Formats: sequence, C-alpha cells, structure tokens
Amino acid sequence: MKKSISYIILSVCGLFMVIPFIWMLTTSVKSQLEVNKGNVGFLPIEHYSTYEENGKVFRITSVKVDGDSTYIHIFDENMNRIRSYEKVLSSDIEEKTEVKLHFENYKEAFIKVPFQRYFINTLFVSFSVVFGVLITGSLAAYAFATMRFKGRDFIFYLFISMMMVPQPVYLIPSYVLLNHLGWIDTYNALIIPWIANIFTIFLLRQQFKTIPAELFDAARIDGCGRFRTLWTLVLPLSKSVIVTAAIFGFIGSWNSFMWPLIMTDSPGLRVLQVGLSYFSQEASAQTSLLMAASTFSILPLIILFLFAQKQIIASFASSGLKG
Amino acid sequence: MKKKFDFGPYLYILPAAIIVIVFRLVPIILSFIVSFYDWTITGPGKFIGLENYIMMFHDGEFWQSMLNTFYLVIFVVPISLVLSLVFANFLNGIEKLKSLFRSIYFIPTVTSMVAISIVWKIIFNQQTGLANFFLTKIGFDPMGWLAESRGINDIFLSSLGMNFSGFIQNFSGGIGMSYNTLYLLLGGPSLALFCIIIVTIWKGLGYNTIIYLAGLQNIPKVYYEAADIDGAGKIRQFFKITWHMISPTTFYVLMMTTIVTFQVFSQIYLMTGPPVGGPLGTTKVIVYFLFDKGFGESNNLSYASAIALVLFGIILTLTLFQKRLEKKVHY
Repeated sequence: MKKSISYIILSVCGLFMVIPFIWMLTTSVKSQLEVNKGNVGFLPIEHYSTYEENGKVFRITSVKVDGDSTYIHIFDENMNRIRSYEKVLSSDIEEKTEVKLHFENYKEAFIKVPFQRYFINTLFVSFSVVFGVLITGSLAAYAFATMRFKGRDFIFYLFISMMMVPQPVYLIPSYVLLNHLGWIDTYNALIIPWIANIFTIFLLRQQFKTIPAELFDAARIDGCGRFRTLWTLVLPLSKSVIVTAAIFGFIGSWNSFMWPLIMTDSPGLRVLQVGLSYFSQEASAQTSLLMAASTFSILPLIILFLFAQKQIIASFASSGLKG
Repeated sequence: MKKKFDFGPYLYILPAAIIVIVFRLVPIILSFIVSFYDWTITGPGKFIGLENYIMMFHDGEFWQSMLNTFYLVIFVVPISLVLSLVFANFLNGIEKLKSLFRSIYFIPTVTSMVAISIVWKIIFNQQTGLANFFLTKIGFDPMGWLAESRGINDIFLSSLGMNFSGFIQNFSGGIGMSYNTLYLLLGGPSLALFCIIIVTIWKGLGYNTIIYLAGLQNIPKVYYEAADIDGAGKIRQFFKITWHMISPTTFYVLMMTTIVTFQVFSQIYLMTGPPVGGPLGTTKVIVYFLFDKGFGESNNLSYASAIALVLFGIILTLTLFQKRLEKKVHY
C-alpha cells in the first residue's frame, strides 16, 4: 500500500522529468508546417486534404469556402502547386490524417550550419582537457598525498580555496590575460586554462592517501623510483577514481558554454554548445529543426550516460560525501 | 650530515601549479586590481578608486538584476531541496525500478543547459508551445510565459479579482516609493522569471536527489528498527531520525544549490529576449548583467569585474554563514 504511493508519485514526477525530452523527440520529426498550424501535441500526425480527379488523388489546400463549393490549390506529389483557385464541390474533398516522421529534419539541421565542425572541435577540446587534467592531476595529487616537502599544506589549501571562487570572478581578467597572450579565438584559450583541475587533484589525492604505506615500502625495496611507483602501483590501484575524474572532466568540458562563448569568435572555432546557441538564434522560428539539433547535440552524452549510468551516478553521489 | 634539498615533489606539482597560478590565482588577484581602474578591451586605463562600486550603487539595472537573482535563489533553493529530499526518500523505500527512476531523474543533470534551454524556450512559446497546449486542453486561457513581465503575485491576485496595480499605486504614494520599485518588490518574480525558476529546479533536481539518496543510504538501519519497535510511524521517523541524520547532506545541498543558482547564466542568455533579460529586464540576473557590461556595447571590463567581486562577496558571506549555522547544529 505504502509502496504503491511511492511508485505513483515517482512515476508522475518522473514523467515531468522526461516529458521535455519526449516532446523534443516528437517535435524533431514533425514538419514545420504542422507545428505552425498549432499541432503541437506529442503525436507526429499530419492533417491534410485530398481531392480526387479522374482516378488520381491530389493533395490540396483549401482557400475559400463558397456555399457548397470550395476554391482550392492543387499540388503534385512533390508539393509543387500545379493549379490554383480551382472551384470544386466541397463534398469531393477528403480530410486525411497520417503518421509521418520527418527524419530529414536531422539532416537539414546538421548541414544548415557546420555542426560536423562543431562536433570535431568539441571532441578535440574535451579529449585534450580530460587528458591534461588526468596527467597534471595525478602528478600533483601523487606529490600531495605521498611526499613530504616544504609548503605542501600551504600550496594544497591555496589550491582548495581557489576552488571556491566562482567563474564570473576570474572570467574577465582571464579574458584580458588571454588577449594579452594572443590566445583569444584559438584552441589554446579553450584547452590550456582547463588542463589542470583543482577538484581532480583533490579527488585523486584522497584516493592516493588510502593506499597502504607498506605497498610503497615494498616498491621502494624493489628499487622502484617515484615515477615508476606512480605508474605501476598507484595508478592501477586508482582506476575507478580516475574514471570518475575523466567523466567529470568530459561532461564539464562538453557542456561548458560561457567560457567558449566569450573566448572564441570565429565560426570555425565554435564548439557544439556555442554553435547550437547561434543556431537557435538563426533558426528561432524553425522549431522542428531546433529540436533535431538539440537532440543530436545531447545524444553523445546520453549514450555515454546509458552505458555507464552506475559509474556516473556513483561519481556524482560521491562528490557530495566529501563535505 | 646535511641532506640535499629534494626538488622532486615540486616537479610533480609544477604542471598543475603553473596552470592554477597563471589561470586562476593571477586572474583572481587581477580582478581586484582591475575593479579599481577603468579598463576596457583596448588596455589599462587610470586608477579611479571606488568609482566602479559607487556607480554600481546608483545603477538601477544593477539593483534590478540583484533582485531578480535573489528571487531565483529564494525560489529555487528551498523548492529543489524539499523535492529532492522527498524523491530520495521515496527512492530509498523501493526496490524494483529504483535504478530506472534514478536514471530518469538524473538525465537533465548530464545534458547541456544550452540544449535544455532551447527545448524549454519552445515549450513556453505562446503559439507553438507545449505549456499553452496543456493549459488550453484543460480549459484555461493561454499565458504569456517567457513574454510576461507581470509579477506572479499580480497575476495570481488579479485572477482572484483584486486590483493589484491600483493597490500598489495607492500604497507607493503613501510611503513615497516609486511605483515601479514597489511593484518589483511586491509583485514577485515575473512569470518569465518564474519559467526560468522552473527550468533551473528541473535541471538540478536529479543531482540533489542522488546526493540525498547517498546520504540516506549512510544512515544506519538500526535507528529505524529501534523506532519500529517503539511504534513510531514513518512520518515521525522521518522528522525524528532522518531529518537529523541527513543534516550534513542538507547543508551541502543548500550550499551547492545556492552557489550554482547565484551564477545562472545560460538559461537567461538562451531563453529570454530579445533583448536578453527581457521582458522589461525582469529576467536579467547578475551574471548576465556583468557579461553584458563587460563584453556588450560598453565593454567596461572594470565595471564588470567590480560586479563579479560583489557577487563573490555575497556568495562567500552566505557560505560562511551556512558553515557557522552548520557548526551550531552539529554538536
């Protein structure tokens, strides 16, 4: 009894969570004509009228009703108007509905602006960032977790305190700085400032600290140097945390918007989110194309999520336990 | 014997340190400096002291953006907190389909705010949107949604037949405040801003639910077993056990949601306008305001820096306040 209430509430609210996505999908395969006619429900149904003449069925649009007869435009199968203002009997006109999926919307949206380029840019930036973050992060975390050196704690807490500073604060001076370096509107601006991540360093340090000291002693006795210990002992033992850090890095980089919006200008350097944002301004009236573009832009992450949902959800959940 | 100085550890932190120092520490310090100058994109200007801050104080647009941001925080944080705690409790109580529901709630968290904003903007479209489609289906009049600048209190009270603007008119004369100011304060967030509130809650709900779920799973079962033996009902158990045991998580969720909501930008940039921040500036939030000042027509990077620092000050104060409160709650 109690359980069923849980299920009902979870389902109703779950529906609210997915309805925007479902509607995005259904709208993305509708024809714009139908959407503009106000047919905005979930079913991709098309309404149209036909007129039969000498055994041939034509699609028509009615223009004006005049008593028992109607003035119509007649179209061929490619929707080219072949005759205008024909006067026919209203009873000869048949109203029809059919389910029709316009998958060509996806193709049209994809080539209308160079989304292919945006995808490649985003993939390049995201992979570079993840790669950099993991390298700088594991090196630094390894030093913070296992080595004793002067100023270690000071540097570490300085890093941590900077994690608290919100992006808008360093956004403007970063722009000035990157402009000074001549990096505005280059890949450098999108990648280099992000190849070290304080949260990743923190995450990896916590993990590295859990590795028992005896293992390090054993490695030292075997004649393992610092770097070899990191490579052959520490990293293999920390796989799941490294995956977590990579997931955070990838999702963060893929979805970042404000930074690339400000730091790049030329269309060839647009990442997916920026390209999508410009597309939404250019095609603001073309609802179904916008929905198609939104769909294929979130698809890679949705697929990643479906394959690794356990790991991803566990990663995000663990981010809350540190506090 | 004098030990040789070991450079090794510094080499390990060097790559990360260079990036963090050059692209975090330096810009953070720079932002303080820049805010006391009149910099534009063409280069450094002259020292003007507190002028940027004084200008901000007299800038009506700044105050409206602040008010809008506060409306956003005041609505998003508590609603998101309560809903996610409720969902987490329901999720914690079931076995079948648990992971399915968890995933469904979580999908908005991993999708980009840009795509989500585009979809919701069309949902709230007056002619071709889903929101008005549902409203008219159940017999209501369609609404203006993102184009509606009237406050939600005004809309609600007017629909009950009250003359809200007349009331403001009389009242503002009585206390010597301008009609517009009083309307913004008492009218509540505009319906357009309320749409943004809905989207912001929707986007962050899954993350908060997952955090709460992890917190709930850490509460030892023995407490509930003991309470069952004592005959305490489920609701009583929630308030007597769960609410207390979960409070560290609540503080975390509270802090994170507050910090993130103060920095809302993408949904404003993509869903509102043109001009962005409309209608009548009722959806202009502080981060969009500083973006507009810094990179828009006026290109006043110094002023934008000053605004960013004020935002930082507010966030920092609230965070420290919450930390103190947390210390008081956990003995």
